[in-house]
Amino acid sequence: MSKLFSKENKQVFAAPLNLDNPILIQVLGICSALAVTAQLEPAIVMGLSVTVITACSNVIISLIRKTIPNRIRIIIQLVVVAALVTIVSMVLKAFAYDVSVQLSVYVGLIITNCILMGRLEAFAMMNGPWESFLDGVGSGLGYAWILVVIGAMRELFGAGTLLGFTVIPQCVYDAGYVNNGMMTMPAMAMILLGCVIWAHRSLNKEEK
Amino acid sequence: MKLNTNSNTYTVIYASVVVVIVAFLLAFISSALKAPSEANERIDKKKQILASLNIRNLDNSQVEKTYAEVIKADLIVNDKGGIVSEGQEKDQAGFTVNRKDMNNENLPVFVCQVDSQTKYVLPLVGKGLWGTIWGYLALNADGKTVYGAYFSHESETAGLGALITEEKFQKEFEGKTVTDNEGNLVIDVVKFGQVKDNNTQCDGISGATLTTNGVRDMVREYLGKYQAFLNANK
Repeated sequence: MSKLFSKENKQVFAAPLNLDNPILIQVLGICSALAVTAQLEPAIVMGLSVTVITACSNVIISLIRKTIPNRIRIIIQLVVVAALVTIVSMVLKAFAYDVSVQLSVYVGLIITNCILMGRLEAFAMMNGPWESFLDGVGSGLGYAWILVVIGAMRELFGAGTLLGFTVIPQCVYDAGYVNNGMMTMPAMAMILLGCVIWAHRSLNKEEK
Repeated sequence: MKLNTNSNTYTVIYASVVVVIVAFLLAFISSALKAPSEANERIDKKKQILASLNIRNLDNSQVEKTYAEVIKADLIVNDKGGIVSEGQEKDQAGFTVNRKDMNNENLPVFVCQVDSQTKYVLPLVGKGLWGTIWGYLALNADGKTVYGAYFSHESETAGLGALITEEKFQKEFEGKTVTDNEGNLVIDVVKFGQVKDNNTQCDGISGATLTTNGVRDMVREYLGKYQAFLNANK
């Protein structure tokens, strides 16, 4: 047990959450981070789906890593990811129809997420299943929390709501406050993301 | 024996085996889950039809029962007003027509009874900004005023165009006049905050003009197609 949660393994899990964050440091998965963060709810769902799929595909690739022919390894990784995404979307459709309707566009987007291929190629091809699982969950959550932060800011300032509930009271609007329409555009997500990266780097200046 | 994982033979065999395994796996899961996902789709479609009649927030278990009570027939009509299929079973004729298969000879109409008044629910399909949009428009028995509406979409922008699925926007259609006395289409969706005539104009969504234009075009196109049927059944 102590071996499962050794210092290295904890590091594998924790690094992507902060110091080696897939979005903030590796700058992967930006495209979907801009696309799904206009509201908080799809951002959360997308973050969780990516976490599940990264973890599962990491484990599968790690288990078969020694048998994969080097020249077609990327294709094999892609097949595994695509199959997993398709299975997840079919299962959701059969047992959680409402969620699957909500996710419709985003499920397809998961396949194109660079974080998945990045982690498979950089980590799962060289490490055991347990480490790969931790790395997958860590990377997924590292991606998810950025999405949640940006999604919350965009929904709050763009629509005055959070998860669909009105947060900014009517009296503020009466006093002349207006929702910022720019926030609902992808361009603003890019700017916000830049600000988050800036803040994160200046906070962590000494540690590097 | 140590396998040479770099040889051509190994690569080809490996790729073939992986593809076959994945293909079988996907085919198996797809057919195993076919029944529950089709049942979900039916319930979802019935839910959308009922939502256009302002019967919303139903529990999934109540949907089939309410649908059977409210819907009296699912006709198929053509754009000349002729009836192609009577649809007495309520979900065997017009209900089975997919959005993609709707054309001038194949237009479903749901005849409904709400508070002992006849309503007609017309399915609509059109183009939004990014992809397909669709909806159901419920008209009163005179075919001239809107009783309720429901819209949904495939891939409109979250927080903007996607707001057409919200009750707030759909309520805009309630009570609007569809045609004037000469039979011209007058119902319209205008830019947010520019409603001049409350009887015919629905307020659009701020920042989603292209999607709401798509809704307008869809509503007007299909009302045109259904006009002959509505006139014949006044």
